[in-house]
Amino acid sequence: AGLFVWRLRNTGVPQIPCQFVHHYRVANNRLITFQYFNFLKRMYVTQCNKDLSQRAKPKSDSVVSPFQELQQLDQEKKAVHKISPVSPVHQSGSETSNRNKLREMRSAAETEDSVIPVGAESKEDRQWKEMKLQLEDLPGILARLSKIKLTALVVSTTSTGFAMAPVPFELSCFLLASLGTGLASCAANSINQYFEVPFDSNMNRTKNRPLVRGQISPLLAICFAASCGIPGIALLTLGVNPLTGALGAFNIFLYTCCYTPLKRMSIANTWVGAVVGAIPPMMGWTAATGSLDAGALLLGGILYSWQFPHFNALSWGLREDYSRGGYCMMSVTHPGLCRRVALRHCLALIGLSTVAPVLNITTWTFPIISLPINLYISYLGFRFYRDADRSSSRKLFFCSLWHLPMLLLVMFTCKKSVLEKEDKGDLPGGSHETAMEIRLP
Amino acid sequence: PPAHSHSDWIGPPDKHSNLRPVIFYVPPEESALERRLREARQEAQASNQRFWARHNRAFRQEKEEFIYSRLKAKGLEMRDESGQKATLNAEEMADFYKDFLSKNLKKHLQYNRDWYKRNFRITFLMGQVALVRACDW
Repeated sequence: AGLFVWRLRNTGVPQIPCQFVHHYRVANNRLITFQYFNFLKRMYVTQCNKDLSQRAKPKSDSVVSPFQELQQLDQEKKAVHKISPVSPVHQSGSETSNRNKLREMRSAAETEDSVIPVGAESKEDRQWKEMKLQLEDLPGILARLSKIKLTALVVSTTSTGFAMAPVPFELSCFLLASLGTGLASCAANSINQYFEVPFDSNMNRTKNRPLVRGQISPLLAICFAASCGIPGIALLTLGVNPLTGALGAFNIFLYTCCYTPLKRMSIANTWVGAVVGAIPPMMGWTAATGSLDAGALLLGGILYSWQFPHFNALSWGLREDYSRGGYCMMSVTHPGLCRRVALRHCLALIGLSTVAPVLNITTWTFPIISLPINLYISYLGFRFYRDADRSSSRKLFFCSLWHLPMLLLVMFTCKKSVLEKEDKGDLPGGSHETAMEIRLP
Repeated sequence: PPAHSHSDWIGPPDKHSNLRPVIFYVPPEESALERRLREARQEAQASNQRFWARHNRAFRQEKEEFIYSRLKAKGLEMRDESGQKATLNAEEMADFYKDFLSKNLKKHLQYNRDWYKRNFRITFLMGQVALVRACDW
């Protein structure tokens, strides 16, 4: 949902640049200090005699026409726009529910008095939102703050790790591990957004995040992060096992205190980020088995290697934004390395798939069945390496999106089952029916 | 923002800095702590605005210069016969992006430090204000 809920049709109104002009005080009962913005091409008009009143419409309203009529009027007249005295309840903090917002400028305080194409001003005015949190918007805001979709994917890799572990399946443990990991991921993502507000504002991909838009205060973001992270880690440590809890806490630390600052300092951030992605499946494994054995490392390794073709291909198209935003990414600073690493890790995936049966995690069917998709992504990786253009990077990126879920699915179906050896409690490759989550990055 | 409003108001992204300006509400009985918070936020806003407006302007300018010099080296004009603005493809621009990033790295490191410090301070003050308000209930 864009900020520009109302678009002036056939406006020909270009984007209005703003500049700070000066402070001034409105002699009111209250002291209101504010900076207001002078539009380069347009100035405010204050005429008290004519005014148009519009009410802010509550979210449920989808009526368009009255406003549009007014719009037509706007374009012809100079007018002072006045917000009718509605209680703050009507003025929702959520930007999707703010349909019309208009402002009154006192003529006494006004120093500019030239004409402006009023339609433009009201459009600009409408984009000003009250920074007041409405409870009904909170779930949506928190969902975006915690990057809920990404969190869901992270949880599904954790579930995969749990599922692949060679121990009898315990539902309660599974649920606790998933929940704990989900909470930890929410916390980490929130803190990441908290740190990155001015940078997110400047990049197209991220400029609509809640903190950027002022929908939530930084304090609240931090409190939310704490109220997810602390119970999440506690849940993992106490409800699952300390190792999983430690991994969760470590991952939060790695993501927020290492990866996030490192993004602006050195290209090493990509490798750190790959580790961050690799830890959740390992957490799933340790939740099930209680130890970090070879299987955990293998799963982690697969996720680790997968990050590179995925991210490097994605970052290839974002070079301008990264460069301007000050992000140190391989695609900008070391393009050759970027492509080499992507290809290298595509090939590594083939290798890792072959190691899986050696470690008794899967049968030998797995490397055989997975070979076609691994070869395909490696082929695309090679094309990206050689061609280094937008089309090959996009192909590789989109391939990575389905490649991982497929790979994990095949892995699960080829999982080694050891029903027979009941005399020992947990042999590697013990059987269990576990649900395989498909990860869709 | 309307005269009767008791909250801060946030506006659309600024054209130069891409940051959204905030107009801060000054309550009539603003405590010293609240004033410190508001001033910290205003100062941070001004500082961010300055940095990014300047930085983005420099980026646009240098990008234009780069395109111009490259086109000239190729013997082309900024606009071709049909009047369309000539552009370089992504691979040619990559040199510029790399260059720009490395030139500005130090500036960014300094800004990052400042930003993190300010952000923490503001959040801390917010926490204090919230605590005081809660105690007043």
